[in-house]
Amino acid sequence: MEDIKVNFEKNSATALKDQNLQRALNNAINQFRNVRSRAVREFEEWEHLRASARKIKEWTIEHLDDYLEMLEANVIKAGGTVHWASDAKEACEIILDIAKKHNVKSVVKSKSMATEEIELNHSLEGAGIKVVETDLGEYIIQLANERPSHIIAPAIHKTRDDISKLFVEKLHTPYYNEPEQLTKIAREKLRSEFLNADMGVSGVNFAVAETGTIVIVENEGNARLTTTVPRVHVALMGIEKVIPRFEDLPTFLNVLIRSATGQKLSTYVSFITGPKRNSDVDGPDEFHLVIMDNGRSKILSHEETRESLYCIRCGACLYICPVYKKVGGHSYGWVYPGPIGAIITPQLLGIDKAPELPFASSLCGACKDVCPVKIDIPKVLLELRSRVISDRRVGAGFLQRFAVKLWRFTMENKRIYNFASQLSYFVQKPWMRHGRLTSLPFPFSRWTKKRDFPAVAKTSFRKQWKEIKDLEG
Amino acid sequence: MYILNEASKKIKVSLFVTCLVDILFPQVGVSMFKVLKRLGVEVDFPEEQTCCGQPAFNSGFRQDAKVLAKRFLSIFSEDGFIVSPSGSCTTMVRVFYKELFHDDQKMLEMVDLLSTRTYEFSEFLVNVLKVGDVGASYKGKVTYHDSCHALRELRIQDEPRKLIKLVKGVEFIEMKLSDVCCGFGGTFSVKFPDVSVSILDEKIESIIESGADTLVSTDMGCLMQIGGALTRRNIPVKAMHIAELLASGQ
Ligand code: SF4
Repeated sequence: MEDIKVNFEKNSATALKDQNLQRALNNAINQFRNVRSRAVREFEEWEHLRASARKIKEWTIEHLDDYLEMLEANVIKAGGTVHWASDAKEACEIILDIAKKHNVKSVVKSKSMATEEIELNHSLEGAGIKVVETDLGEYIIQLANERPSHIIAPAIHKTRDDISKLFVEKLHTPYYNEPEQLTKIAREKLRSEFLNADMGVSGVNFAVAETGTIVIVENEGNARLTTTVPRVHVALMGIEKVIPRFEDLPTFLNVLIRSATGQKLSTYVSFITGPKRNSDVDGPDEFHLVIMDNGRSKILSHEETRESLYCIRCGACLYICPVYKKVGGHSYGWVYPGPIGAIITPQLLGIDKAPELPFASSLCGACKDVCPVKIDIPKVLLELRSRVISDRRVGAGFLQRFAVKLWRFTMENKRIYNFASQLSYFVQKPWMRHGRLTSLPFPFSRWTKKRDFPAVAKTSFRKQWKEIKDLEG
Repeated sequence: MYILNEASKKIKVSLFVTCLVDILFPQVGVSMFKVLKRLGVEVDFPEEQTCCGQPAFNSGFRQDAKVLAKRFLSIFSEDGFIVSPSGSCTTMVRVFYKELFHDDQKMLEMVDLLSTRTYEFSEFLVNVLKVGDVGASYKGKVTYHDSCHALRELRIQDEPRKLIKLVKGVEFIEMKLSDVCCGFGGTFSVKFPDVSVSILDEKIESIIESGADTLVSTDMGCLMQIGGALTRRNIPVKAMHIAELLASGQ
């Protein structure tokens, strides 16, 4: 994990050239945007609900220690075991230890961004344990040996044809192109995996402090199987997933599901409180909850960007983001893509690992308008930009600083400003075509390569002002 | 219709034309002046003004932005409304100055005094002057692009549409995805030019599909981006600031 260095410019250039990816993103995103906006539009309480979700998050994050302790106590009371992991390495070790203790040979997993974050599959496989992703999208990604490119739809970057071909290559099936057929194949393959698995690993959507219940939202039923069929269930959560009361759940389920898939309610919502009890028909013998920090308390310590921790990983900001739509998830270089990735990747990994990400946004604000917990993503991006600029390792270089100072000096002084604008008027002449600048030298070529630039006016407004100010309307 | 009543004539406006309009698009400032003048408003132009500091703020150079913001605040400290042909620069003053000085109580008070009287041009006409028909006429099919800051920071959406629709001779066409970003994003447009232009491509498609011959917006940043592609690609659609449209035919 240490050696990650995000190169957004390079990654995005590759993505833009990939016609197949462009098609996949375009289709999936256009379709989703319609569905979501309907799910939200038809729901009168939406704004009210977002506001309450936000309030609960604010409160919880302010009192995080208390709620985490309460959660721990209640999980233990329900017969579960709680583990604390300060970073990715520790989290992997804890899970690996549990696996070893139970002589686990094979693990089934349901969708979890936290396990992606710690690269759990890698650790388990390194110890000779077989890991199978059981969410359909994740299964596809695992077959392709790739990283998810979306929080909710991990294989959004693949067209149906890509998936058909992948199945032919990896599963030696005939070429099927109907989603139903592909799903059926995956289901059949996965069924036996569930039965053979010794351990199930899941993520956590919400962890209710007052009851010690973890809540998992899904549509395929694979998470339900993952958490009930194998002998041992391990759930991994970031510290920010805790919510105070059971009563808070309707609010969160409502905003999460509508934002994530545009549904009113997902097919499955599992509530897991401890392992199997005597009266239960099924369920694991042991339940382990791993609560992980991995950079989150660092976010907590910065008041200006703390709201990054309110995220419920619904993926709505990815779907709405014009930049994400063009560059796809892999351009963001780590597990969290899109607007939320642009704000949490630099904070979790360290700003020096992804200094470009806060700048990889047009700041259009569409993300903040859809976010069900009202995270002001543009504001956080702007704050992170200033942190990048003043960072000694990756911040502004001498030339950039000099340019900004020169610009500021010009803007601070009306006479110099006037002179500069006059000067530009003359300097631009060799590049003028039909009153426009069509091919300027570097660095201005970054604009003019694909767009014309307006010419500096002969008479600026302030000069014209002297003539027009006394005119009558 | 468009002549203000006597009370409104006492309204004083200081033009905050923005550096972009001053240097690159002076005709937009002139149009704004003409429209306001015609409505009977008293218009002034504080000549010390240059830039509000937004480029520095957006690029992460907060200290430099602060210097320019302070300068701006001192220049526009007098009474009266401050009106700008840019949703984005208005946002800088009304929203981001608070961000910039969030830990400086004294500056915050100054910002407060000033930001409550700062308006984007179209919202000023509709919400403060309460006008709709400003007496303009223009022959053409017009579509409107929502600039992101105007739309999502200032919630300006109906105001410009109302003004456009009331221009004599205009056929207004709502294009698809009018509220999606054009890909400009200030320095983003040159930091990641290919991403910026690929976002722009969709905007251009929408415009063409609408069948409009004129594209109107509230911000020269967006219009520079969209217009730059329209001329480069020889697309016969004119990019125009709303002030220019409202000054037409007068
Ligand atoms: S930032 Fe908001 S919109 Fe984006 S994934 Fe998180 S909760 Fe959803």
